[in-house]
Amino acid sequence: MTILLLLAPIGLPLAAALLYAVAGWRPRTTAWAGVASTALLAADALGLAGTVTRAGPVHTAGAVLRADALSAWMLLGVAAVALLACWASPAYLAAGHTSAAQARWYAILLHLFIAAMATAVLAGNLGILWVAVEATTIVTAFLVGHHRSRTALEAAWKYVVICSAAIAIAFLGLVLLYYAAQHAGLSGEEALDWTVLAGHAGQLDPAVTRIAVGLAVIGFGAKAGLVPLHAWLPDAHSQAPAPVSALMSGVLLPVALYAVLRVKSVADPALGAGYLRTLLTILALATLALAAVLLIGQRDFKRMLAYSSMEHMGLIALAAAIGTRLAIAALLLHMAGHGLAKTVAFLSSGHILHRHAGSRIADVRALATRMPLLAGLFGLAVLALLGFPPAALFASELGIAHAGADAGMSWATAAAFVFVVVAFAAITAHTGRMLLGPPPAAAADGTAPAVFAPATALPLVAGLLGVVALGITLGPVAGLLQAAASTVGAP
Amino acid sequence: MTDTSYPLYLDLAAGLFLLTAVGVLWRHQLAAMIRLFALQGAALAAIVAILGVHQHSLELILVALGLGVLRAGILPYLAARALGDSAAEARETRPVVNVAASLLAAAALTLLAYAVTQPLVALAPSPATAILPAAVAVVLIGFFTLVTRRRALSQVVGFLLLDNGITATAFLAAAGVPLIVELGVSFDLLLVVLVLQVLTTRLRTAFGSSDLDELRELHD
Repeated sequence: MTILLLLAPIGLPLAAALLYAVAGWRPRTTAWAGVASTALLAADALGLAGTVTRAGPVHTAGAVLRADALSAWMLLGVAAVALLACWASPAYLAAGHTSAAQARWYAILLHLFIAAMATAVLAGNLGILWVAVEATTIVTAFLVGHHRSRTALEAAWKYVVICSAAIAIAFLGLVLLYYAAQHAGLSGEEALDWTVLAGHAGQLDPAVTRIAVGLAVIGFGAKAGLVPLHAWLPDAHSQAPAPVSALMSGVLLPVALYAVLRVKSVADPALGAGYLRTLLTILALATLALAAVLLIGQRDFKRMLAYSSMEHMGLIALAAAIGTRLAIAALLLHMAGHGLAKTVAFLSSGHILHRHAGSRIADVRALATRMPLLAGLFGLAVLALLGFPPAALFASELGIAHAGADAGMSWATAAAFVFVVVAFAAITAHTGRMLLGPPPAAAADGTAPAVFAPATALPLVAGLLGVVALGITLGPVAGLLQAAASTVGAP
Repeated sequence: MTDTSYPLYLDLAAGLFLLTAVGVLWRHQLAAMIRLFALQGAALAAIVAILGVHQHSLELILVALGLGVLRAGILPYLAARALGDSAAEARETRPVVNVAASLLAAAALTLLAYAVTQPLVALAPSPATAILPAAVAVVLIGFFTLVTRRRALSQVVGFLLLDNGITATAFLAAAGVPLIVELGVSFDLLLVVLVLQVLTTRLRTAFGSSDLDELRELHD
């Protein structure tokens, strides 16, 4: 039974991809198969979360796949955002006048992407985790270039080249870690298994491990949008179709940070907490500073959301640097809240884009009077991202600040929140200009933009309700979050 | 192969491995760069085969054969096909850093590789780990090629150099990572190159050339 729970998250999206490969994308029938498959995935993730909370970690034979509380939490996030993205896809493709062949490829790659992320969070060792993270780059390359415009192709090219090189650097790190593990008496797949490695941390050669961990964190960090290899992120997130941007920003970045957390669980016992704390604090503050500065002069609303993702990932990296149990719990809550809120923001930005000439902020005026429902959803998603209560991000940001002060990192935390405030001001100003102001003169050619149907709004409303629910009470998942935080958090 | 000649063969293969990477920085013509890359793939396969013969490991020798087919055969073939009809005149005309400076940089990167790999060699001194600096130097030179070249295809070759260096490091340090991971890595690499090939074709249709100087639309 537990084996099935572990295999289904990978099998279900693969089955959906196969279905689309055979039957193609039909707006009234197969379009909804993806929703069904991701709904089952969500149910499976809930089942796995229950099992793990009750009975502890589970694994398949040979520990190729394994789930502990942290994996189960990540899988819940993947499933929730995947469900919203698949639910919103039919409306997105219908509005974009996509050809049948393009829609088929879109559906196949989208589900392969979900399968790769599920594999990454359920991987039992660092090698398989690496292969899965690299696979996400390959399957999303053509999703980023879906529109085949010059800008989309340019974004796809940058994305593949930078991410593949970065992830290759992470692999070099894993190779060196494996080398150190071999000389600590481990062999085969054991030597990449983080539970075994953490158990033998004392025997790992510190000099080699230091190089290995540094390379792995920089490599996986690039995939999470941390400096110095972040240049792909704003381009890829702004050019990809809206549901894909939602998945990339809402869960792919957290999955890459999850890889960093797994590396950290080996590094801290081997090298002491100080080494990664310093490295991650530098990466986090640099990312936050860059995102805040580039948000100020931003002219494109999809790029604004992309830089906001970098800002949130910087904050999450800071929480990882703090590394206490409270910090990790806040980090995981922040991942979930950001994932849902950013999904709603990207999905609504896709609908806004379809109704305007381009994605420039200057093109959009007085949205609140022209399309109140769409404007309301976008505005609420942005408010949630800014950390207004009752959104989950309010609680998690408070948690990160509190944990930072407790751990003696007041200066770094204070600096980080200065950048967060700058980003807050910039995003508020840009969003205000989009939603408010006098309505523009009627379109010269007299065509009115397509009406935003309430049915299209359902996945967005569901996402917003999720963010608020997580902010008010964790309910049944509170135990899971605590268990997840104690798997990687220092006491 | 006797125990005295083993380090000699290994050093020879590693020398060729590093020299081809420097050669890629030196040559302008894309077709020549791809030929050098193929030669480097052969050198990599030779390193792994020598290790296999020395350790009497049939598995390593078979892996060496597979590596040779992939990196000296399939990948250069795919790269050459991405080059298309314009093979004869396709050149890296205006690299960000000119050739003379690039060669100096390669020398500096090789010294850097020797400095940073000291703890790696010290952990287990042997003829195999003694040439780890050469493998890491290829990683650094590959990365340098990736960031300083403007043509789409030169960037691909840079990425492939980087990857060759990492594979060499894996085999020299640890006689390879577990087979399932190595298979995943090779398969991923093949797919990345295929993806890049398709993207180059689409870029050429959209832009008329694959000179990444034309990629100027997205910036802040």
